[in-house]
This record gives sequence, C-alpha cells and structure tokens, in this order.
Amino acid sequence: MSRIQARFEKLKQQNRRALIPFFTAGDPSPAFTVPLMHALVTAGADVIELGVPFSDPMADGPTIQRASERALKQGMSLHGVLDLVAEFRREDNATPVVLMGYGNPIEAMGWELFAGRCAKVGVDGVLTVDFPPEESHEAFLHLQRHGIDPIFLLAPTTSEARIQQVAKLARGYVYYVSLKGVTGAGNIDLSAIEQKLPQLRKHIKLPIGVGFGIRDAQTAKAVARLCDGVVVGSRIVQQIEDSNETTVLANVTQLVSELRAAIDQT
Amino acid sequence: MYNYPDSTGHFGQFGGIYMAETLIPAVEELRMQYLRYRDDPEFKAEFAYELNHYVGRPSPIYHAKNWSDRLGGAQIYLKREDLNHTGAHKINNAIGQALLAKRMGKKRVIAETGAGMHGVATATVAARYGMECIVYMGAEDILRQSPNVYRMKLLGATVVPVESGSRTLKDACNEAIRDWVANVENTFYIFGTAAGPHPYPMMVRDFQSVIGNEAKVQMPEMIGRQPDAVIACVGGGSNAIGLFYPYIEEKNVQMIGVEAGGHGLNSGLHAAPLTSNSKVGVLHGNKVYLMQDENGQIIETHSISAGLDYPGVGPEHCWLKDTGRAQYVAITDDEAMQAFHNLCRFEGIIPALESSHALAYAAKIAPTMSADKVLLVNLSGRGDKDINTVARLSGIAL
Repeated sequence: MSRIQARFEKLKQQNRRALIPFFTAGDPSPAFTVPLMHALVTAGADVIELGVPFSDPMADGPTIQRASERALKQGMSLHGVLDLVAEFRREDNATPVVLMGYGNPIEAMGWELFAGRCAKVGVDGVLTVDFPPEESHEAFLHLQRHGIDPIFLLAPTTSEARIQQVAKLARGYVYYVSLKGVTGAGNIDLSAIEQKLPQLRKHIKLPIGVGFGIRDAQTAKAVARLCDGVVVGSRIVQQIEDSNETTVLANVTQLVSELRAAIDQT
Repeated sequence: MYNYPDSTGHFGQFGGIYMAETLIPAVEELRMQYLRYRDDPEFKAEFAYELNHYVGRPSPIYHAKNWSDRLGGAQIYLKREDLNHTGAHKINNAIGQALLAKRMGKKRVIAETGAGMHGVATATVAARYGMECIVYMGAEDILRQSPNVYRMKLLGATVVPVESGSRTLKDACNEAIRDWVANVENTFYIFGTAAGPHPYPMMVRDFQSVIGNEAKVQMPEMIGRQPDAVIACVGGGSNAIGLFYPYIEEKNVQMIGVEAGGHGLNSGLHAAPLTSNSKVGVLHGNKVYLMQDENGQIIETHSISAGLDYPGVGPEHCWLKDTGRAQYVAITDDEAMQAFHNLCRFEGIIPALESSHALAYAAKIAPTMSADKVLLVNLSGRGDKDINTVARLSGIAL
C-alpha cells in the first residue's frame, strides 16, 4: 500500500480530514526545506506538497511566483528537490510527499530518470500543473512503473466526461481547484464547491482534496466539511515570506497548528 | 500530402495542449468553434471583406531593385505586410480571432505583446468590434516600444506592465494566461503567434496564410514563376508560417526562417532556439524547441527586436526544421541594423527590426546567387515603432 493510500485510510478510520500544506522547496533557502517539512508534520500535516520551483509559473499568483524566484536564486533545481526529499526520509518514513510543479524541469531530466529517482528518494506522488491527461502518457507510464502516484487537478470548468477520464488515470488523491484563477487568488465559493462535489464523487473513488483560496482556519474548517483533504499553499508561502530566518519555523508551525485544530473540529 | 497538426494538435512530437486543467475546457471549446467556423462561408466572407476593406489587402509585392543591384546577385522582392493597417501582419490574425470571439459571445479580449504590434492589432480590432481589451506587455518592452503603448491607449485598450521574470514577451504570455484562467468564461485570449496550446498554432497559421496565398498568385504575375526561396523572420513564427504554409508542397521553393542571433550564437545572448540547437521543452501550452538551462528553467533571451525576444518558437517550425522542409538561420543585432539602414536609404522603406533580420539574411545570400534567382522576403512590419531604439543605438537623442 502506498504512503498516500495508507495515510488516507488511517484518516478515514479516525473520521478525520487530511491537512495538505504546500510550500516551495528552497524557499526561503534550501537549508530550511527539510526543517520546514518536519515542522509541518509536527504541526499536523498529513501529506506534504513540495513545490518544485520553475522560472515561468503560469498557474501561480504573485506569492508563489516570488517563492519560486527566491528558490531559483538560491540555486534550487529538481535534482536539489529530490536530494532534499531523501534527507527528509532519513527521519520520516511515513508522511507522504507529493512534488508539485510544472513539466519542463522533469522533461529536461527525462521522465524515466525522474520516476526512478522519485521511487529511490521516497517521493509518493507527482502533480504537474501543465500536463493534462492528454499529454501525460509518457509521464504516466514511467510513474506507474515506479509506483509513483500521478495526482491530477480538476477544476470548476471540468466537464463530466473529463472527470471520468481523470478518474481512470488518477492515483493517490485528486486535487480539486476550487476557483477559476491562479494560486492565492480571490475568495473561495463554498456553495460552488458543494454543488460540484457530488459530480466528482460520482466518478472519483479516490480521496478528494480541495485547494486554492483557503486563507484562514475558518475557511479550512468549512472546506474540510465537504471533502477529504484541505490543501493550503499561498497562505503558508506568505507566512514564510513574512518571517525571518529565526522566526520562520515557529511561525509556520503556529499557522499549520491552527489549521489542523480547525479542520479537526469538523 | 502535408496534413498537420494531427487531430490532437501535434506536429510529430511538437505542439499539444500543455495547459492547466482550468483552461483545458476553454481551449477545447475554442477548437470546436474554430473547426465549426473555419469553412463556414459566411465567416470566410466576413474575414475576406475585413482583410480587403479594413486592412487593405492584398498587400503588394515590391521588387527592391536598387538594393538588389547594389548587392549584385539574386533579386530581392518584398511582401509588403508593412503596408497593412496597423503596420504589420499581426492584424490578419487579430481580425480572424476577433471574428471568432464575436461568434462565441466573448465581450472581453486579452493579448500578450512583445514589440507591441500584436497589442496594437488587438486593440484595433477590439475598438472595431466593440470589445473590452487588456494587453499584457513586459515592462522592459514598454520602455523599448513606447509609441506602440500610446497607440494602444488611444485605441481604448488597457496596457498592463508585467514586472515579473525577464519583463519581456514570455512574461507577458504568463500574465495573459493568468488573466485567462481567472476570467475564462467571458474572455477570449487573442494569441499573437503560431504557438501556444492547440488550436492556436493551427488557427494563427490559417489566418496568416493569406500572406503566402497572395504571394503564390502575385509572383507568377510579376515574374512568371514562383521565387527560389521565401524568407521570413521567426520569433514565435506567425509571419513566417503565414508565408511558408502555402508553399510547403511547392518543393522547388526553399523556405528559410531567420531567428534573432542577438550578440551571436556563441555569446549566449540571443533568441534563436532552432539554430542554437536548444532542447525540446514545454512552455506556454506547447512542446517546442526551447531555450533553457540544464535544469529545465527557461533562460532569458536577448534580441534587439522585442518581437523576436522569445525563448520558444511555434511547433510547426520545429517540425519543418526536423523534417528538413525549412531551414533556419540566425542574424545578429548588428547585421539586422545594417539591413534596416540599407532598406531605408536605398528603397525608402523603414522596416521593422524584426523584419530586418529576414532582410539581412537575404542580403547575405543574394550576392552568392546569380541575378536570375529570386528571393521573396516577408517585410512583416514597418519600423516606425523602432525609431527610438535605432536612434539610441546610433547615439542620437530624439
């Protein structure tokens, strides 16, 4: 059983929802990535989505764009991210780690090599924002061969036919993008999510995580009532940006603990 | 029989629809609507009417005899896209997409622009058809192309400066895509070049093919035959593919795309993914040859011309390169400037710096060819927008 599946089954038995924080590897600097991952786990993270920085993050708002720029300036690369996951795994062999980013750094490395390295260092899932199912044949083949879960996005605009298509390919969990926009944008529309979820559930038997636009504990709690996991990205990245090297771990821990407490109230 | 892209939008390994999920239904709808209207007689008639009466087509072909005589070799002919309304080939595509947007009920159009010509063309059609228009333009390009910024504003468009990344065309594309994902229901993205997710490379090519289709009729009228080579500058590659596409099956006509060599291919400061043998990668919705570092990060490009200052190139050019049907070469900033000045002085035509790259390559090979050979160069735009850049490089304060 994969780490992702094991984690969601455990949560289901406990009748709890997953907390899935995201931050960009290498931000504020590579030395902080592994300590931040451990801090997230301590504060109650169930799955960590680790952002792979890219020079042209088209689906991201200004907050995550700036995080990518900071990380790239510090020399962060896909190779570097994989090394950091290996380091994290020395102390934590249970928490699932999903790499999230854009396809080109992986294309440059080659999917075969990448999938093999993921399996070796202990990456559990891969989400490539700009690789829809139509263009993911090669990626899917290599990820599957190495037991890495391909995580797919669904959006408010996704048709029922496409939901069915994604349902066939997806493993681990499915990430529902709760609003039309880039990361960190606007306000979440809870009633729209509530309306869309039955259509998703009809075809998707995997856990469904919801993200984009979750900016505080109250929203996290409200979203948690509707789905299996809550993804929080830009808010955490903002917290990293607003902190300095001495406060960043404590500040992120506090924020994620608050989110955890709120989600567990559901 | 050349028949690309395939039904999934691929030219061999190139092209595709590499977009975030939120936009996939939008590009799919665009594909369906385009396929519905491309052969619709009423759509075709309206497009043709607008091209003739609003743009001023067909654009003439001009024999640059003075310059050819000075070069002493092949005869250079110019396809005068610079004479189009708004001053470049970009208007052909902007009209086509705006007519489609109108039929799809989209009242808001967005665009990215580098040199500003596509931005001006989009602002123009938005004014013409009564649409709201937002143009994203790199802050660096806004400085280089200030006359075009004011033109867009006069036409009623909102010009949004893009401060992220290299602050040029690729960053303007990123920002336009971010706008589109947030406003997908009421917004049509008028993409300016023959790149991006399917169906854009095909659709932009089709709209721009009026260039090559006209030339194929005009050249026999002028010289009794087709030219020996057709030459065009390539950034994303829309003016080039518009000229090339109708000639693909004319195997005796050589096709030459000219990339921006910047300070030279060995300097690293250029925008020539095809001629510098860049690796294949994915950016802005398609898989193409892409300037990138060993980690797959897109690298900053350099060209004297904002319109060519882009790290990728359209997927069909990648395919034409790999199949050998077209050849791609690079021209440096200095060579382009020389051609710019020569066309001004010997023919009384101020060419765009983008088009000057194609002119420079023609000037390079013409002397090596006999006088009965004919080169048709796409003069894709006029150079009025570039006078500040040229003056600055010449040490002249305007």
